[in-house]
Amino acid sequence: MKSLYGAVTLVVLLAGCANSPEKEVVIEDRGVAVESKPVAEKLAEKPVEPVVGAKPAEVSVPEKTTPSPVVPPLPELTPLPKVETHVLTDVSTEVKPMEGSTVPSPEAAAAGKEQAAVPLKVKESAASPSSKRVILFDYNSSTIRDEFQEVLSAHIEYLKQNTGAKVILQGHTDERGSREYNLALGQRRAESVFKAMNLLGVPEGQMEAVSLGEEKPLSEGHDEAAWQQNRRVEIAY
Amino acid sequence: MLLFRITLLFFVMASLALPARALMTIEIVGGANNKVALAVLPFVLSQAGMSDPAETIVGDLGRSGYFTLMENQGLPSLQALQTPNLLEWKNKGADAVVLGQVLPAQNGRLEVRFWLFDAVRQTQLTALSYTTSPAGLRAVAHRISDQIHEKLLGEPGAYSGRIAYILKQSSRFELQVADADSRNAVTVMSSTEPIISPSWSPDGRKLAYVSFEDKKPVVYVQNLGEGSRRAVAHFRGSNSAPAWSPDGRRLAVALSKDATSQIYLLDLESGEARRFTQGGALDTEPVFSPDGKWLYFTSDRGGSPQIYRAALETGEASRITFDGGYNVSPALSADGRMLAFVHRREGRFHIAVIELSSRQMRVLTDTQHDESPSFASNGRQILYATLVNGRGVLATVSVDGKIRQRLSQSGDLREPAWGR
Repeated sequence: MKSLYGAVTLVVLLAGCANSPEKEVVIEDRGVAVESKPVAEKLAEKPVEPVVGAKPAEVSVPEKTTPSPVVPPLPELTPLPKVETHVLTDVSTEVKPMEGSTVPSPEAAAAGKEQAAVPLKVKESAASPSSKRVILFDYNSSTIRDEFQEVLSAHIEYLKQNTGAKVILQGHTDERGSREYNLALGQRRAESVFKAMNLLGVPEGQMEAVSLGEEKPLSEGHDEAAWQQNRRVEIAY
Repeated sequence: MLLFRITLLFFVMASLALPARALMTIEIVGGANNKVALAVLPFVLSQAGMSDPAETIVGDLGRSGYFTLMENQGLPSLQALQTPNLLEWKNKGADAVVLGQVLPAQNGRLEVRFWLFDAVRQTQLTALSYTTSPAGLRAVAHRISDQIHEKLLGEPGAYSGRIAYILKQSSRFELQVADADSRNAVTVMSSTEPIISPSWSPDGRKLAYVSFEDKKPVVYVQNLGEGSRRAVAHFRGSNSAPAWSPDGRRLAVALSKDATSQIYLLDLESGEARRFTQGGALDTEPVFSPDGKWLYFTSDRGGSPQIYRAALETGEASRITFDGGYNVSPALSADGRMLAFVHRREGRFHIAVIELSSRQMRVLTDTQHDESPSFASNGRQILYATLVNGRGVLATVSVDGKIRQRLSQSGDLREPAWGR
């Protein structure tokens, strides 16, 4: 705040320096300033809105070191009727943090949930799908590339053999563009994998397609290499 | 379970103990061609140590780009109120003069009075009085800034609003609410998982947002005064893009429970979600028109993401944006006349506006990774998020593109929403 105030003062100082010379010229042209009518009288001439019950502000004559012909008396200064009482909505000063405003850690949250995804049992056999669970996509595409068919097959087999296992298909996008539109694109990718697995025999009840959009990138970079890593569906148990 | 609750309590107390820092405005660029020269005299305060509303007013109006604030050096600070020597001020170059005072009122409250004078015509323009608690002094000062702005420029000010946004610091996400001048930031929700799309209820008492704490997007509505919240859209698949109806009773949301991404109207009381869009395209980012008759949204039904609007009564949609292959994130001004959105040009994402009556479009920014536009209440400024040197910052731009501000803090700022 201090630096801001300093900045504003600086702006004001600079502006003050810049403006004064112009204004003097303007005053000369107008000629109004030459009139000797005291300021107070000018105020009195202006129609004043009715004062309702407000008492005039306190009169206090300031001490002046140099006499001035224009000493504005205070009673001219009368406020309009109050326009607002109880101005501040309590909301803006009493914003409370959410109860339990820190979201519990994932482990604790999972413990409290009724339907927890069945944890993947890591099998020793070569058929275990735990090692490869990411499918990458081309830009603006939700088509599954041939090179990932093997990954899909492994998970399809596992799910068909373990009918109690459930899987979440998490769709992702790279960082470019609107977050919400990227959520929709990520969803489209997740559903593309969902359909492919469903077509090959995995029951719908064992899968859920969701999107994390651009929110959980694997790679934090800002180039095509990073973006390719992030355009993906992750198969999570 | 007990250990969990104790841990939770610790986190709650820890977050209450840490005050959120104010954002820092680091840059104000541009200004109106003819600024109004304004002198804001220090207010006469009823007790020493009280914060002076004049400081807040000077900050508000100085940052707006429309005013030149004259400094008060050389003038005795007022010990008691006196009518200003407007002729003297006019000779110094002032167009207008503000003075005021803070008086004690009943029940420990304070009364704030201010007077605004036209120094050139040497008339009084307005004088108003506000009564508030001592904690509300700053809010009153913002209201006074609104009044001064309106009287001198002929359009309402937007100094009294609040903003919501998300702050990301390392692996922590915080949903914060601050005054429009970025002061008094409060964290209303914090999480180890992302939060996006905060949306203010029309009465300013609630925030809807999307949280990923359940490992998928879920829409929550949180009551700011009570600190309580509930999940309002937790359907199978993804739930996102909440937007309030003008009467505050419904949320438009994007759900994928029946098809990939479609827009539904969610009745907040009954919980019923009625599908609004049809077809197999991606439809998302709904926003109601202020008169409640239209829903604007993003759709790729035409082959590329563009902005459409549909009549709420009939569902019939028509396309609004035609320039370029990527136009998303619609936001409407409070009078319903202007549409702000994100427009991609040559691979870069800018904030643009369309005046809906003429359909004239104007690109406003030269920042390149712009997101999440929202209008100030007076429709003259747009708040958005962008990247500067790889860091997330918030920025504002006036609708003519001339005046810009930037707000940043350590960490990444994103997803701002300007509330009332």
